[in-house]
Amino acid sequence: MEKRLSIIIVEPDPERALPIVDGLRELGEHDIRIIAEETGLARQIAEFRPDVVLIDLANPSRDILEELALASGPLERPVAMFVDRSDEQLTRAAIEAGLSAYVVDGLRPDRIKPILDAAIARFHMIQRMRTELAATRAALEERKIIDRAKAVLMKARGIDEEAAYALLRKTAMDQGKRVADIAQQLVMAAGLLTCR
Amino acid sequence: MQVTRLRLGYLPLIDAAPLIMAQEMGFAAEEGLALELVRLNAWAQARDMLGAGLIEAAHMLVPMPVAQALGLGPRLPAMDLVMFLSQGGQAFAINAALETRLRAGGHGFDFADARAAGLALRRAVSGVLRVGVPFPFSTQSELVRHWLGASGFAPDAVELVTVPPPRMAAALAMGEVDAFCVGEPWASFAVAQGGAALLLPGRAIWAAPPEKGLVLRRDFAASQPELTGALMRALWRAGRWLDDPEHRGSAAEIISRPEYLDLPSELAGRGLGGTLMISSGGELRHAPDFIAFNAGAASFPWRSIAALLADRIARRQGLDPDAAMQAAMGHFRTDLYRQHLRAAGASLPGASSRLEGALKADRMVPAEKGQMILRADAFFDGQTFEPPPWRPEPLSRN
Repeated sequence: MEKRLSIIIVEPDPERALPIVDGLRELGEHDIRIIAEETGLARQIAEFRPDVVLIDLANPSRDILEELALASGPLERPVAMFVDRSDEQLTRAAIEAGLSAYVVDGLRPDRIKPILDAAIARFHMIQRMRTELAATRAALEERKIIDRAKAVLMKARGIDEEAAYALLRKTAMDQGKRVADIAQQLVMAAGLLTCR
Repeated sequence: MQVTRLRLGYLPLIDAAPLIMAQEMGFAAEEGLALELVRLNAWAQARDMLGAGLIEAAHMLVPMPVAQALGLGPRLPAMDLVMFLSQGGQAFAINAALETRLRAGGHGFDFADARAAGLALRRAVSGVLRVGVPFPFSTQSELVRHWLGASGFAPDAVELVTVPPPRMAAALAMGEVDAFCVGEPWASFAVAQGGAALLLPGRAIWAAPPEKGLVLRRDFAASQPELTGALMRALWRAGRWLDDPEHRGSAAEIISRPEYLDLPSELAGRGLGGTLMISSGGELRHAPDFIAFNAGAASFPWRSIAALLADRIARRQGLDPDAAMQAAMGHFRTDLYRQHLRAAGASLPGASSRLEGALKADRMVPAEKGQMILRADAFFDGQTFEPPPWRPEPLSRN
């Protein structure tokens, strides 16, 4: 049986780190540790002596890892140079997923690839979740604005909610704009017209 | 006119000004470009995103494409530096304990004399001096090694520690480093936070330290010559606009906006205006030409600079310096600079390589057409660097 790999995930947000850990656990028994703190990153990595470090491409601590990748002296453990240098395809797939990986020199490609594939898949999943969350939030905000616009119309013109929405929708269609944009303009204009 | 969108990566520093002002002042639009400025958090991120084609061009530390040419980075498509974006703009800062010791020793903090500051620091430091720099391959790292080495610090008496620029002040405050060298406004930011004193500008160590460059993928520059030329001209004109002292104040205002540096504009104004507050006591020092973008051929990407950096990096990393210098020189594209900026009116030197560090004062030299002024480029200790002749091989994609 092959020796377990030690893997560090540098990620301050636990909601992002845990899905990555889960993805890696499915591959088998590995020693996985999450580092959330930026302070003392170099020391913690030196203590754990990982085979693989996974980190968000945009994490400001990236440049500290670049230094570690170079700092291996002849007496130290052969540290890491980036994702397997022989595989440019894999490097680019990781970058496109927003993932940066540092791998200890000499680790066989067939041992690295499954880990990176799993991490890349999880990073894509996290990106999708973020996009969806942002879309949900935006939809919620739009809902609120439209409700306020309807209230403005109902009060100003003495119409009911259904008629107010129909009016917003017709105006939006006539102007070639979105209902939310018309609602936003109306709420802003109403704010300007209201005496304080 | 058809407008082409280009994605440009930058890190929040005053030397990102040519990119930001090219877009904000319309120099990009004049060339039919709309620049999508992508704010990044790490230099490694700029390199990787450029390599993967997620951005078309990057604002990058000048030694980075050299390191990449030497195989000291991940395996990515070949990257070329096509012009320098700035010279200078760095400051060296020390913590309060060192400041006290230097003052007690009679140092005057003139923010100008690198020899005196180096000797004073050598006397004040016992043990290892830990110095923060933004990246292992950075102009800051070269300045610190050169200056401290020439000031009597043995190689093992200095430890360089990589610290992201926005964290520099905190790293000093928490004792992770005793001093640091960083691009503005992050040194002024540390002074404003308290506990840091500025000892020298980068230019006191090396009169013309190339700081940032515009880096493109080689395949992009080759397949999109019109876009490459348009981008270079827009940035070159933005640099020329920035070198007018009258424009530095408005530049500081614009680059400090929330979508760019997101800091009080007064901080960016110190470096751009050349008047820095060197201590929490409010002492001001005037540093003429603290940062230059265009004047004195500041943007010309001398192949001899590539050789100088490659020689130093190769020796530290145990690589063959001669092979390293040849590899690096091919990645500083003086040919593209001439091709794309000649029509814009850039002064073009007769040669693409020179004896580095030889000019103690600005000098008038023959140019392709007429004459041009070259900025002084001496090292404080008088060291010079003679580049080898460049033996170009056919341009490779790697």
